[in-house]
Amino acid sequence: MAVSLKVNGAVRSVPAEPDTPLLYVLRNDLELNGAKFGCGLAQCGSCTVLVDGKAVRSCVTEIGSLAGAEITTLEGLGTIDKLHPLQRAFIGEQAAQCGYCINGMIMSAKALLDRNPKPTESDVRQALAANLCRCGTHNRIVRAVMRAANEMGRT
Amino acid sequence: MNVSLTRRDFAKGFGGIVLAFTLDPAVAQQQPRPLPGSLGGNRMLDAWIRINADGTATVFTGKVELGQGIVTALAQIAAEELDLPLARVAMISGDTGRTPNEGMTAGSQSIENSGTALRLAAAEVRALLIELASAKLEMSADSLSVADGVIGAANGKTISYGALAASLDLKREATASAKPKPASSHKIVGQSIARFDIPGKVTGKASYVQDMRLPGMVHGRVVRPPQYGATLQSVDEAKVRAIPGVIAVVRDGSFLGVIAEREEQAVKARTALAESAKWTPGPALPDPATIFAHLKTLPTKVEVIGVKQAPLLASAPKVLEATYTKPYMAHASIGPSAAVAEFKDDKVTVWTHSQGVFPVRAEIAKTMKLPPASVRCIHTEGSGCYGHNGADDVALDAALLARAVPGKPVRLQWMRDDEFAWEPYGPAMSMQAKASLDGEGRIVDWNYELWSNSHSTRPQSTEGANVLAAWYLAEPGKMGAPTSPPQPAGGGDRNSIPLYDFPNQRVVHHFIQDMPIRVSALRTLGAYANVFAAESFMDELALAAGADPVAFRLAHMKDPRARAVIEKAAELAGWKPGAKGDGTRGRGIGFSKYKNLACYVAVVADIEVDRASGRVRVTHTYAATDAGLVINPDGLTAQIEGGVIQSASWTLHEEVKFSPQGILSRDWSNYPILTMPDVPTVEVALINRPAERSLGAGEGSQGPTVAAIANAFAHATGKRIRDLPFHPERVKAALG
Repeated sequence: MAVSLKVNGAVRSVPAEPDTPLLYVLRNDLELNGAKFGCGLAQCGSCTVLVDGKAVRSCVTEIGSLAGAEITTLEGLGTIDKLHPLQRAFIGEQAAQCGYCINGMIMSAKALLDRNPKPTESDVRQALAANLCRCGTHNRIVRAVMRAANEMGRT
Repeated sequence: MNVSLTRRDFAKGFGGIVLAFTLDPAVAQQQPRPLPGSLGGNRMLDAWIRINADGTATVFTGKVELGQGIVTALAQIAAEELDLPLARVAMISGDTGRTPNEGMTAGSQSIENSGTALRLAAAEVRALLIELASAKLEMSADSLSVADGVIGAANGKTISYGALAASLDLKREATASAKPKPASSHKIVGQSIARFDIPGKVTGKASYVQDMRLPGMVHGRVVRPPQYGATLQSVDEAKVRAIPGVIAVVRDGSFLGVIAEREEQAVKARTALAESAKWTPGPALPDPATIFAHLKTLPTKVEVIGVKQAPLLASAPKVLEATYTKPYMAHASIGPSAAVAEFKDDKVTVWTHSQGVFPVRAEIAKTMKLPPASVRCIHTEGSGCYGHNGADDVALDAALLARAVPGKPVRLQWMRDDEFAWEPYGPAMSMQAKASLDGEGRIVDWNYELWSNSHSTRPQSTEGANVLAAWYLAEPGKMGAPTSPPQPAGGGDRNSIPLYDFPNQRVVHHFIQDMPIRVSALRTLGAYANVFAAESFMDELALAAGADPVAFRLAHMKDPRARAVIEKAAELAGWKPGAKGDGTRGRGIGFSKYKNLACYVAVVADIEVDRASGRVRVTHTYAATDAGLVINPDGLTAQIEGGVIQSASWTLHEEVKFSPQGILSRDWSNYPILTMPDVPTVEVALINRPAERSLGAGEGSQGPTVAAIANAFAHATGKRIRDLPFHPERVKAALG
């Protein structure tokens, strides 16, 4: 069984059953490390990716449901040599301790900024309410998202 | 804030060659001369530092990155003393085949122990390089200067570290005699150098053990019993073997696991295995409603500590007594623990996010009946652990699975419920305080008793087996009798001896060896609970004495550094003596010197209570910190901030739920933590003391924070809550 997926702009075929959670295919077949397994229950947000611009939990999204969808992962935002403003802001604010939740924070923030380019700090906190962080990096994460929003608003 | 960015490759070898370093002469010598920090146990210079022909340095540390930024901070220390740019220092950490054995990365001791070793070793290596250069350039050593790894003479002649590398002999014992730089000449230490690992983590570079993909790698999952001590009666292995992709079902006694070609196949097979497994139940757990009373019925070892005796007053006008409790709490790492293991030619290599690669290697070797030299453990980052989570257990699990498929690396990540239900929790504790005030409102005696299980059942903590799977094998290993880390750092009794100047005091530690619920080290060990109790009680006494909490603390505190952080936190918060809570809003303070040995932290917290719902929200916090000489101000600030927020989460929400039938907290819905909208602001002030040695700070702010919140609640409402956490039902009950 093979399923076709469009990930970060490229169509890829993966040898997996249609009920396979997208997360495993991204991490293992496509070797994309960004999305992380945190709970497998859509509770923590570590596995967040964008599907047609919306933040979704890849741990509970079956690949069979994604025909024709545009999937974007952390790697699709930018690279170390060409950082996305969110990635640059997270580095600038040193907004990671262990960093395991950060994929979900950045991807959820990306979905927020796409629909609301000028969020208030409270908007950011609400948009990230379902993304858990255990190290206590929350305030730096909020500052990073605000910083990215400012930078993106200027250009 | 802005940090200076240093571009640097985050190169972490998955594999790599084994470089043997010189064996310690300590084993051959009877009484080795004492050396400071971790040099004491790892005495050869080449165990710490190599200078390479390209002019770079390779620096080895036994301490590991847990998300606290330690590898960056240690590189700063080494680069500073070597006079090398950070970009030319490559760090190797936590590898039983390559690095010094520094035990556990725990107890806020990495800067103190590894940092001290690296500072002295690097200063000595620099001195040896200058000595060599002096001979080659025919100039006296004290006429030479070093900049960016190039040694120069007044006459313009230069020679680089790279050119000297071949003639530099570091196979020698450290003497610790080369003087490190004074703080006034530091260029790298004291700077907010950006963490090396963050660029990779925000762009999806392989950064964690979970991200490893070795050639031919397969995927493992384990099936744990329904509760502690249950034994496996039967399981339909054949049915599970028939599931597509399944390579092996591994059963050894009551240890059960599965290996499959693809990860999702392993997950499905795990579900099928769990459904077909029949277990004989283990012993019932205590009733959670009476857990604290139950723990006190268990046999204890009693230790009396911190005794001070002055002539007692004939009568003290006021005597106060109070009892406090803290429930079991989980590490609750965001990413469940994981490991990769490969078994080949009777040797096993395990990539692990354990806090101690040498101790976990010893446990794996013992359980698998392999010589330690046949087991190599290589630290590879995982999710933040905050103490002893599932990291060591999953390392053994992966090794046991890998043995069933020699030559195939097995990656195993626990599922969410494996981590929640099987990690060793921070122990439940009871604390009882009694003190007397004289007519002037001064504390004249202080009696404090605490009841706690062990706070360390880590690998190698007992003579027996200390890793989960070992207890469930057909030939089970048994854990030895747990012990408590001794004072002055202490375990359950950490921070139980007051730093205040009381004329009479007595502290009794009731150490409970029987462990009905699996427990071990959670960030701060007993300090979180003891600072909660003692600093709550200080406020209760201040109230009875009619004194302001800040002034009351200062009146009982001589230590100038303690006074300075209390004053600084009060100043930062704009503390107003005598200010009253208004029924919903209030403010409190808490203080501790972590372990009575490490950093000084005082925290002021502002809270709001929604009296209708019972919800408490911490709105603002102010944390003043003195950690001696600051290595990386932003890194230290991040540790203090993280500790405040994690402690606020523990305090308001966290409690492991269980019933006699087993653990009930198995996912985030039954172990909720603080979320983004409810996180307080955290304002941190650092008091840098360049002339003082650096003090560990990773666990400094949690104790002061819980106390500040508890005191703010009492200040706001006039009601005192003495049991954690401050969940809505408890708050409503307190408000009546």
